[in-house]
This record gives sequence, C-alpha cells and structure tokens, in this order.
Amino acid sequence: MKILVPVKRVIDPYVNIRVKSDQSGVETENVKMSMNPFCEIAVEEAIRLKEAGKAEEIIAVSIGNQSCQETIRTALAMGADRGIHVLTEEKIEPISIAKILSKICEQESPGLVISGKQAIDGDNNQTGQMLAALTDMPQGTFASKIEIESDKVKVTREIDGGLQTVSLNMPAIITTDLRLNEPRYASLPNIMKAKKKPIDQKSPEDYGIDVTPRVNILKVIEPPKREAGIKVENISELVEKLKNEAGVI
Amino acid sequence: MTTLFFIEHANGQLSDQSLKAITATSQIDGDVHGLIVGSNIDSAVAEASKIEGLSKLIHVDDDNFNNIMAENLTQLIMNISEDYEYFLAAATTTGKNVMPRLAAKLDVSQISEIIAIEGPDTFIRTIYAGNAIATVQTSDPKKVLTVRPTAFKAAAMGSSECEISKIDAENMPSISEFIGEELTKSDRPELTSAKTIISGGRGMQNGENFELLDKVAEKLGAAVGASRAAVDAGFVPNDYQVGQTGKVVAPELYIAVGISGAIQHLAGMKDSKVIVAINKDEEAPIFDVADYGLVADLFQVLPELEQAL
Repeated sequence: MKILVPVKRVIDPYVNIRVKSDQSGVETENVKMSMNPFCEIAVEEAIRLKEAGKAEEIIAVSIGNQSCQETIRTALAMGADRGIHVLTEEKIEPISIAKILSKICEQESPGLVISGKQAIDGDNNQTGQMLAALTDMPQGTFASKIEIESDKVKVTREIDGGLQTVSLNMPAIITTDLRLNEPRYASLPNIMKAKKKPIDQKSPEDYGIDVTPRVNILKVIEPPKREAGIKVENISELVEKLKNEAGVI
Repeated sequence: MTTLFFIEHANGQLSDQSLKAITATSQIDGDVHGLIVGSNIDSAVAEASKIEGLSKLIHVDDDNFNNIMAENLTQLIMNISEDYEYFLAAATTTGKNVMPRLAAKLDVSQISEIIAIEGPDTFIRTIYAGNAIATVQTSDPKKVLTVRPTAFKAAAMGSSECEISKIDAENMPSISEFIGEELTKSDRPELTSAKTIISGGRGMQNGENFELLDKVAEKLGAAVGASRAAVDAGFVPNDYQVGQTGKVVAPELYIAVGISGAIQHLAGMKDSKVIVAINKDEEAPIFDVADYGLVADLFQVLPELEQAL
C-alpha cells in the first residue's frame, strides 16, 4: 500500500506574526519557515505504518513555490520515499489543493492519504475533508489513533468533549490531531540520504486544474491589542476586583 | 435567498455552540431554515423549532443520524442543496468535519470560523490563530461557512414553534461506520464552551499539582486547561492544551497560573473577556495581556484563592 502525505510550508510556529502595514497580508519575507506541525505528525504516522509493515511507499506532496522543495526534503529526511512538488506562485486555496491532490490520488492510488488537520497559517481545516469529497473516500478527521484492519481503517477522533471511533473503508483520508504521535527529528545521515531521493516536479496545468482564487482577501489587520491591566497585591484584592469591578465571579 | 443552518444537540439539549452560531444568520437576508437530525429527539426538535428567526425546521428522523458521520450528513444536505444559497454550522468538531466536505461537493470554497458578517459575500475571520484578522470576499455562488460560536450571543427563544418538515435520508453512502464514543466524564464544562477557565503552565511543576487548579475550578464551575509547555512536560493530556496548536478559547474569565505567556499560548486565549495572571516572575509576558496580575508563588496563593471563593 502507498500512503500519500500532503505537506505545507508555513511560518514557523514560534515566530511572531507581523501584519504588513499596507494590510495586504502577513509578512513572510525573511521569516523562518517550517513544515506545518500537523503535517509533521502526518509524515511521522505514515513512517510508523511503514515501519510496522502496513505500507510500502510514502509519497510526500507539496504545492507552492520553489521553496516548498525544502519542505518535501524534510519529509524525505524523516523517512518518506519520494516527493511530488506541484510548482505554482499563485496563493492557492484548499479547494484547488484538494482538486490537485484528487488527480494525484487517481494516478498513484494510495490506500491512505494522511494530512494535517489544518495549517497554522490560514487555519482553514478544509483540505482533507475536501479531498475526501472529491474522491468519494470516507474521512477520519482529527485523528489521535489509527489502526489498519485488513481493508478497513479504524480511526479514533478527537471531538469536542472526548473521543469518537469510526471504521472507514479504504482507501480513506485521515487528518491528524496533536495526540497522534510525537514526530521524530531527521538524523544527519537521513538528511544526506534524502538529497538523493527523487522529487517529481509538476504544475497545476499538468493536472488540468484551474487554481484561480475564488476568495479575495480584502484586507488583513492586526487584532485589537490588549492593554496590560493592573497588579493586585493579594488574593483578597483579586477576588474583590473580579466580583465588583469585572463582575465575572 | 435562503439559509440552511445545521443545529447540533446532545442528550435532549440543543448545543450551546449552535445557538450562538445561528445568531450569525440574522445578518443574512432571506429565510433561515434549521436542520436537525436523529431519532427520538422530540424535546430537542420542539426546542429548536422555537429558535427566533427560524422560518422552518427540517427534521431527519433516522437512526443513522444518532451519530453523525460526515459522509452521510454531507449527502443528506446535498439532497436538498438546490433550495439554498447559504449553508452554515457552528465551528465545532462536527461542523469542521462536515462543512468542507459539503463545500467541495458543491464545488465552492468554504470559509472557516467567521467572527463577523460584513456583507452578503464578505466575512471576517481570524488567521494565524488570531494573530491577524482577515476580511474576505467570495465569488462563489453558494456560500458554505462555519461560525466561531464565541463571536456571537446565543439566539433568543420565541414562544411559538415554526413549521417542522420531515425528510428522509436517501442515497446514503455506506463507506464509513460509527464504532463508539468515549466522552470525558466530568462535571465541569468543556474547554471550548466554558465561561471560566483556569489553566496551568510549566510553573505547576508536575501533574499532581494540577489538583490545586481542580479545586479552584470546582468552586468556580470552571474548566481546567494547560499551556503547551505543561502538556509537553507530561503534566496533563494534550486535550487540555490551550493555544495555537491546541484549543482556541474565549471565556468570560481566564486565569493563567504559572504560565509565562508564549505567543503560541496567547494566541489561544487572548480574546478572553477578563484575564488574570498568577506568576512569580514579574517580567513574564503574560502580564502584558492580563487585566489583573498577581506576582506570587502559586503554591501559596492557589489554596488561598480556593478558600476565598
């Protein structure tokens, strides 16, 4: 079985976000970029399934500008086998990403697609579900546990208030939540080895997908700043303020 | 122009998250129809039919919907999608699971977790976990939206019921199956819907010490959360995590205890109405966003706080 893992390049989660002064978006020039943390979890899970003998090949896919090659290399260094880079300079939306991925699924016929539940830039949380719709595959979103049982996959999902378990016919799409695993760091020898692994370069046109945005970003602003309040001396003053000034207890 | 809003319920009660999110529909012109699914849910149906602003409630009385599978619910909505221009649900784990699948079936973009409606095709939402706010305009003919419940006030209940229509669930795909659910048993509210949250960070030193927070939470009827540092250190499970990669919350009162205030934590709680920080390091960044700061040893003041409540 093949596992397809889409990976996204995003601003590193530990970098302070700066909104551009012309309100056109967020500053991404000269900012440290990393693989989206939820995508790292997806790559890790695919590798663990391969290590457990449940999968033969892991294909990492990234869609975006030339730098996305680095993100694919990271996945290859962790243990993915080969990469597909769909090169585009366009600001690409989840529906278009899902369409390209559905074409890749047609060509590669993976048994599972494991993706992050959301990217920490757009916070959309859509691509996996959309890919499932376009391929008519079942979906196991927000996964904290994945168990393959012959031609089905049992997915434990993180839902509001607890856990839910579903059984999906394969092929299926799974999106990862935080508790699924702790991603490994790539070792130096594996980083060297990853340089020799193949990355296929494609374009959206190769898949016949029009990636023209449907959602226009009119402006991006900073959230209202919170002003620091006051310091209280002790618990009794705190409780008094919360009761009488803030009225929240 | 008609809007379809998916209403969630559990144990005979309407979801508080749905009741808040449905308020967003009042800013869209035209009729609003509710959709509620499941069998033996008479009390929830009766309650939902009284939500102010609804002109019709569609009830799918079917055992298949006692547990919601995205594959089935998407097909169900597709069966009636021609009648609607707007499709909304609360940004719960169910809403987030279903609405993007629906949008792709309709070949439109989906707009996630809106916090305001600016116009018929223009919406406001947060990106980068709330570190930036985007105004977006869609050119798609149909709009599929999830709504962040914390951004809206719960809908009022009218005195009379609206029209209730029953439809059947046809053409259900059988590609997925519900196995079971394990809901956290707690007398306390869930993090995402709690009015008060008390969270601990690395300063708690270990998992046992979270009991100090539990005791205060009990007095306040609060939920207990944690910073990523506390989760990474193994003090508490990951589902406690408030922050960019955990849960985004906006309670009336958020008490941060022994939390320094890393960006990634602030991103998950800075929309709280009132923030209290308790930390022994007076330079901690958490004090920059706190309405009330107390520089103190948490092990001394948490028992005092419990006593004082």
